[in-house]
Amino acid sequence: MRAAGLAFIAALAFAAAGCAPAARDRGVTTIRFWGMGREGEVVAELARDFERGNPDVRVIVQQIPWSAAHEKFLTSHVGGSSPDVSQLGNTWIAEFTALRAIAPLDERVAASHDVDRADYFDGIWDTNVVDGVAWGVPWYVDTRVLFYRSDLLAAAGYDSVPGTWGGFREALAALKRTMPAGSDAIFLPANEWTQPAVFGQQAGSLLLSDRDTKGAYSAPEFRRGFDFYLSLFRDGYASPMGNQEMSNLYQEFARGSFAMYITGPWNLGEFRSRLPDSLQDSWATAPLPGPDGPESGTSTAGGSSLVMFRSSKHPEAAWRFIEYLSRPDVQSRFFDLTGSLPARRSAWADSALAADPRARAFRVQLERVRPMPKIPEAEQISIRLQERAEAAIRGAQTAEQALAQLDREVDQVLEKRRWLVTRQAPAGAGK
Amino acid sequence: MSAVSRVPEGARREARAAWMFLAPALSLIGVFFALPVLAGLVLSFSDFDIYAIADPSTARAVGFANYQSVLSNPLFWKALGNTFYFVLVAGPLSVAVSLAAALLVHARATRLRGLFRTIYFVPVVTTLVAVAIVFRYLEHPKYGLVNYALGLVGVPPVDWLGDPRFAMPAIVLLAVWKNFGYNMLIFVAGLSNIPEEQYEAARLDGASWWEQFRNVTLPNLMPTFLFVILITMLGNFQIFAEPYVMTQGGPLRATTTVVLLMYEEGFRWWRMGLAAAIAFVLFVIMLGGTLIQLRLTKERPS
Repeated sequence: MRAAGLAFIAALAFAAAGCAPAARDRGVTTIRFWGMGREGEVVAELARDFERGNPDVRVIVQQIPWSAAHEKFLTSHVGGSSPDVSQLGNTWIAEFTALRAIAPLDERVAASHDVDRADYFDGIWDTNVVDGVAWGVPWYVDTRVLFYRSDLLAAAGYDSVPGTWGGFREALAALKRTMPAGSDAIFLPANEWTQPAVFGQQAGSLLLSDRDTKGAYSAPEFRRGFDFYLSLFRDGYASPMGNQEMSNLYQEFARGSFAMYITGPWNLGEFRSRLPDSLQDSWATAPLPGPDGPESGTSTAGGSSLVMFRSSKHPEAAWRFIEYLSRPDVQSRFFDLTGSLPARRSAWADSALAADPRARAFRVQLERVRPMPKIPEAEQISIRLQERAEAAIRGAQTAEQALAQLDREVDQVLEKRRWLVTRQAPAGAGK
Repeated sequence: MSAVSRVPEGARREARAAWMFLAPALSLIGVFFALPVLAGLVLSFSDFDIYAIADPSTARAVGFANYQSVLSNPLFWKALGNTFYFVLVAGPLSVAVSLAAALLVHARATRLRGLFRTIYFVPVVTTLVAVAIVFRYLEHPKYGLVNYALGLVGVPPVDWLGDPRFAMPAIVLLAVWKNFGYNMLIFVAGLSNIPEEQYEAARLDGASWWEQFRNVTLPNLMPTFLFVILITMLGNFQIFAEPYVMTQGGPLRATTTVVLLMYEEGFRWWRMGLAAAIAFVLFVIMLGGTLIQLRLTKERPS
């Protein structure tokens, strides 16, 4: 007990010393970095490497749980205690740009040797660009592809997933015919906004119109994608059930309760570790199909970016740390440590990913990703899309009613933004 | 005022001294309570939001639009319904449990009273987050002790936190367990103020335990009772932390309370004006509840 107590006190003293290193070394710049979840743990290790190469900079890494991150960033901004440099979910960039919390990076990127714009996936880079200015550098990426049971698809007469909506629908029909009654060709969680948004984008919808100040969900483009999405339920390829009704996804997938599922990169590892050994050769991944062939099969552009805060007193040191984390070799090491997919094409070519056939679907998909609308209200809008989509799937509303209501709600959410945009650009000036 | 001028110099000096003694407390209340409340009221008539944090000039006066939007939001009514559910179920339950515990702890036959008082009070001073983690295990659908106990009497397992029907009862369970110790202490204090002679007289008249409880304990305890009911109700209307750590308002919004909704609007979506309006609507409701309760008290002859 006493030894444990002493160790605890020693740990406290050590932690306290870690908080005030500036007093010890002169001429050393201290920067603070916030990392979320597992990334926060790993970056502490990478930071030590960085410090070896940059003895004049010390990086203090603070780990923030994802669930509290958004709030913490906002309150620290208002309270004037933001970090110098940080990881930021790329869907939050518009919000922190609107808050004037983060710094523009165009000039630094243009002058940088390590951050090579051309090496990044275009759709991913685009998530960081608001009003034509880059506010973040992509760190790792996340997108959705199709995971499927290759054995069940083969039994239905297909050796790969067709790349068009029409072909995809035929494959689902064939699956439905060959799979036992009560099972689903595809599991589409009825309580996720991602799928309806993605199908709408694939059909050419921008989701919003008039400089992102009005909903465009009743417009023909979105309607086409939404109808395709709803038809998968109506025709019996998917059951109208939410994530909470799927008690154990991996078990059900192994059992053959459904043959396809649209999900993200974390499930590469999960499927590998959770599915029984006998099934390890019977699952595969494919890029999403599109209305007019594979090229139109876009998906989400998720992930995290590295940003610098305007309040930082050490922007040069902060940028050097961003450059270090962006180097292809560090990116591929980061992948080895976390399994998070790198944002740079060269890091993909150099890492273990190049040899993994299941990762290839992600590599292909990443060339075809589209950001959600880059405005602070995006998440509120997504939640409303999810609610209306679920109402339409469950038959509480027709597609037309659901989308009309969605546009009304979205217009209400965007009222302030509309006012701001018209105020900034009086009639005619916007042309 | 004329009364003041008639009082002698000494009394006036005393009054001045009293104000000076009160000044620190009053200025603290002014700065940390009155001013924020006033600012909140002003905020509730504006559309202060994330854009206004960056540039305050974008905040607009919107009159009663926030109140209108709150009252026309179905989610607000759902949250209000959930809050009333909690107030009406957890309130009486909590008062009953704490009274029962107080009677047990105060009973003459009880040994180690101090120990039991402490044990029952421990949940009140325990960190809610730690308690919530334990309760999440207890209420786990597969491995939870609660379902195990129910299973012994043949009740099929309940998905306490995942099923919209059972999530609120699960929160009630946690809240009652966590908070009854505080009310229990107040009841114990009330019980020890009852003169022993009254019980003695009742016993001499041949009153049973139940008759003593009804005719001696309850009437004497009435002021304590009303106080406990009032503070429990006021506390329960502001229920936030329990659903926040246990369910984040889910499943299907079944545990979203008014304060949780206010928190979401304010600190998740950063719509401060709207959040302030929710706060004042809740304030009016609680004020109404308190007035009704005080009226009931006055009508009852003690």
